[in-house]
Amino acid sequence: MKSRGILGKIYIFLVMLFLYSPIAVLVVLSFNNSRSRVVWGGFTTKWYRVLIESKSIMEALGTTFILAILSALFASILGLFGAIGIYSMRRRNYRIMLFCTNIPLLNADIVTGIALLLWFVRFLPLGFSSVLLAHITFNIPYVILCILPKLKEMDVHQYEAALDLGAGEAYAFVHILIPHILPGVLSGFLMAVTMSMDDFVITYFTRGAGVNTLSTLIYGELRKGIKPEMYALSTILFFVVLILLILVNLPYERMFSKRTIKKKVNIEK
Amino acid sequence: MINKIISVVCAAILVVSSLSGCSQDLDGTLKRGDVLTVFNYGEYLEPEMLELFTRETGIEVKYEEASTPEEMYTKYKSGGISYDVLCTSDYMVQRLIEEGEAQKIDFSLMPNAANIGQRFWDMTKAFDPNNSYALPYFWGTIGILYDTTKVKGPVDSWDVLFNGDYAGDIIMQDSMRDTFMITLKYLKYSLNTDDEYEIREAGDVLKKQKPDVQAYLVDEARDEVVAGNAAMAVVYSGEAYLGKEFNPDLEYVIPKEGSNLWIDSWIITKNCTNTDAAMKFLDFLCRKDVAQADFEYIYYSTPNEAVIESMDEDLKNNPAVMPTDESLENCEVCTQFDPKVTELYYDLWKEIKAL
Amino acid sequence: MLRYTVRMSRLKGKDMNRKKGRLLAIPYIIWIAGFTIIPLIFILVKAVTDVNGSLTSANLFAIFDPLHRKALLMSLSVAFFSTLICILIAYPASIILRTSRITNKSIILFILILPMWMNFVLRIFAVQLLISNNGVLNYILTAVNLPPLKIINTPWAILLGMVYDYLPYMMLPVLNSVLSIPEDVIEAAQDLGSNRFRVLTHIIFPLSLGGIGSGIIMVFVPSMTEFVIANILGGGKIQLLGNIIEQEFTVTMDWNLGSGLSVSLMAFVLITSMIFGRNNEDTAAGISL
Repeated sequence: MKSRGILGKIYIFLVMLFLYSPIAVLVVLSFNNSRSRVVWGGFTTKWYRVLIESKSIMEALGTTFILAILSALFASILGLFGAIGIYSMRRRNYRIMLFCTNIPLLNADIVTGIALLLWFVRFLPLGFSSVLLAHITFNIPYVILCILPKLKEMDVHQYEAALDLGAGEAYAFVHILIPHILPGVLSGFLMAVTMSMDDFVITYFTRGAGVNTLSTLIYGELRKGIKPEMYALSTILFFVVLILLILVNLPYERMFSKRTIKKKVNIEK
Repeated sequence: MINKIISVVCAAILVVSSLSGCSQDLDGTLKRGDVLTVFNYGEYLEPEMLELFTRETGIEVKYEEASTPEEMYTKYKSGGISYDVLCTSDYMVQRLIEEGEAQKIDFSLMPNAANIGQRFWDMTKAFDPNNSYALPYFWGTIGILYDTTKVKGPVDSWDVLFNGDYAGDIIMQDSMRDTFMITLKYLKYSLNTDDEYEIREAGDVLKKQKPDVQAYLVDEARDEVVAGNAAMAVVYSGEAYLGKEFNPDLEYVIPKEGSNLWIDSWIITKNCTNTDAAMKFLDFLCRKDVAQADFEYIYYSTPNEAVIESMDEDLKNNPAVMPTDESLENCEVCTQFDPKVTELYYDLWKEIKAL
Repeated sequence: MLRYTVRMSRLKGKDMNRKKGRLLAIPYIIWIAGFTIIPLIFILVKAVTDVNGSLTSANLFAIFDPLHRKALLMSLSVAFFSTLICILIAYPASIILRTSRITNKSIILFILILPMWMNFVLRIFAVQLLISNNGVLNYILTAVNLPPLKIINTPWAILLGMVYDYLPYMMLPVLNSVLSIPEDVIEAAQDLGSNRFRVLTHIIFPLSLGGIGSGIIMVFVPSMTEFVIANILGGGKIQLLGNIIEQEFTVTMDWNLGSGLSVSLMAFVLITSMIFGRNNEDTAAGISL
């Protein structure tokens, strides 16, 4: 019994080792005063300086954030109305719409990217706007699929009761419907931000001259040979993500641990 | 009520559309200031020079990179991005000129163009007979960069790549024409041959070689040899100089069978509406301090006489930087084929890569 | 679905309400039409025509061309094995997290999924650093007198890269489904005399199938269509379908063939999703944590 627990811990540890050793290598190399991948040339922070002074990296960073926020914002708005609309559809239309919503989600990125490229070159010069449109497009499904379950959970009677009691539709919409599905909208928004920041393939096909997100920039740099400032960039990104996620997850986590504590208490009883 | 919802929806649509409208400013499609879209190979220009150019002229540069001439051609032709000036290799310049994609340039309007030596203008005539389209940028050869600690004896022939002695330790160029031409040279054919039999033979040699190849790379080939991940790589001459700087054990050779003498040149595309800015940019690149900075960034052979003059003797006598005339004896400049041969190349290259 | 129909019948009286609700979907419908359906029609049209614009089916079936057969087989096998390995890693981890008495489970859960938020391309870069011929892994291996592993630029490197890159996408839905099985159900089974093994095979496993299905879609689909991992870890030597399609669009400039291959790829992907993802909303719920 006890050995099983230890085996389990070892297993989890090995999985973590697998997940984190490449990242650890990046972090260590970012402080290495040598271009080599294995020889330690002393401690340095010069790659961080190179990184901060690099105009192209900083620009790509800015583009990535602006793109993520804007696309997530528009996707959330469109997705919010879309989800409510789909929800009130009849069964057949509901299924058709759900299927269409799933297309960008299930389709290979490369197909989505190329399809958008073929379409965009007809009427739109490739650039920031084409990437933004593409990101909104692949972000909407995530938002909708986060909101729909919330709508399903909702007690329709509450909304109806509000109407029966004389609330205007707008009032009921804002005060009953919106608060109920807001968590869904929020998680959809966050997911859209994540997906937008992580995307490489669709951006690669739809971007225009001089528009780089971090993903496309890093890809370009990787194909040009070893760039130690990329180690520094990875390190910074990793810790930023770590801190952000801890901040975002704090309330959730507390909830979670409370629940597990309760469960434990129950079991012990 | 319903009207309210509709108006909200309309407002949202308006915001989206107006936003994509103003983001077009970001693309430079609605020209506010002068914007120039420049297309170049990767690691082929000192990035600070772009900033300097913008500071001096107020012209903003959108800089795009590609790794092979074929990739450039496709990106240019697909029309998604409208490039103003681009720098590509001899045969691709020829193709673009022949397809009417280049604009004539009046080089007499560019004071610094005089820095380019006459012999380089003459070299350029191989693909631009009247010197009316292409501005020489860098030139050089293709050879083998090898690690003397891993390779026995001096290398003097393309044979080392194909005889299997260094299986798994060879890096080839992931660039169709370059890889074919060294193979044609190895087989003692002209690298501009349009004989189907000879080209197919080269293709067969490359297919047979594939298991021995560690990787097909372009710009990262040099770093792999420097890092000791491979014993040898087919590289352009400039890579050799920097490779030796990072790792003194490396040696560069132009094999005795001969090689390719390449010249990369700038052209102004027919889509370029702001030729004035484009000319300014090209002139800027010919200016001594700029050409010097670019040279010191990549160490390919420069056609800029002003820069050559101010080089120290060591550099001038370094065959990787300034190839000697005798080493160039067997070297040829690449020219463009007719479409049928190009098609054959593409097919064979696909077969090699798919193997 | 049942709940939905019940609700719909309840709502019948409120038909007006629904009509207005439906109007809200209009901007979204326009968006889908403009940026999902029309582009797909475009790619379909390109796929069934040749350079001169006349109809042909050659591009659609080009995927079975001997020239592409190797890439197809390689893509299928790499996708299959990376999915399998991801399940084999993620499932036991989920079970362990559920059954063992490790404290701070939520922190471990967080740590297991964290790499997903690091940039996709950087994750591949990290793997490349680790396994290159002169990389850290071989440095350690030679230090302890083991032969170096020459896996960079081989299919193994691509497989490793895919497992590394997509593991969190398997981990998340699988963990989610395993951890959300109510304790009561398991207790009930135990009360009725099931042993641990039986609980695992008859309770936990069937109840977590949905999560596994989502995980399979989220790993299989991208790894089947991937080209970046193969480009960086395969050294231009190994081509997957994604690489061939990318080459057609960026180098060879045969957009018709590229579109044809994309459409055939889409068919593969759709079939996979139909088999494994009957309930698509689970997929989203799975990834949204």
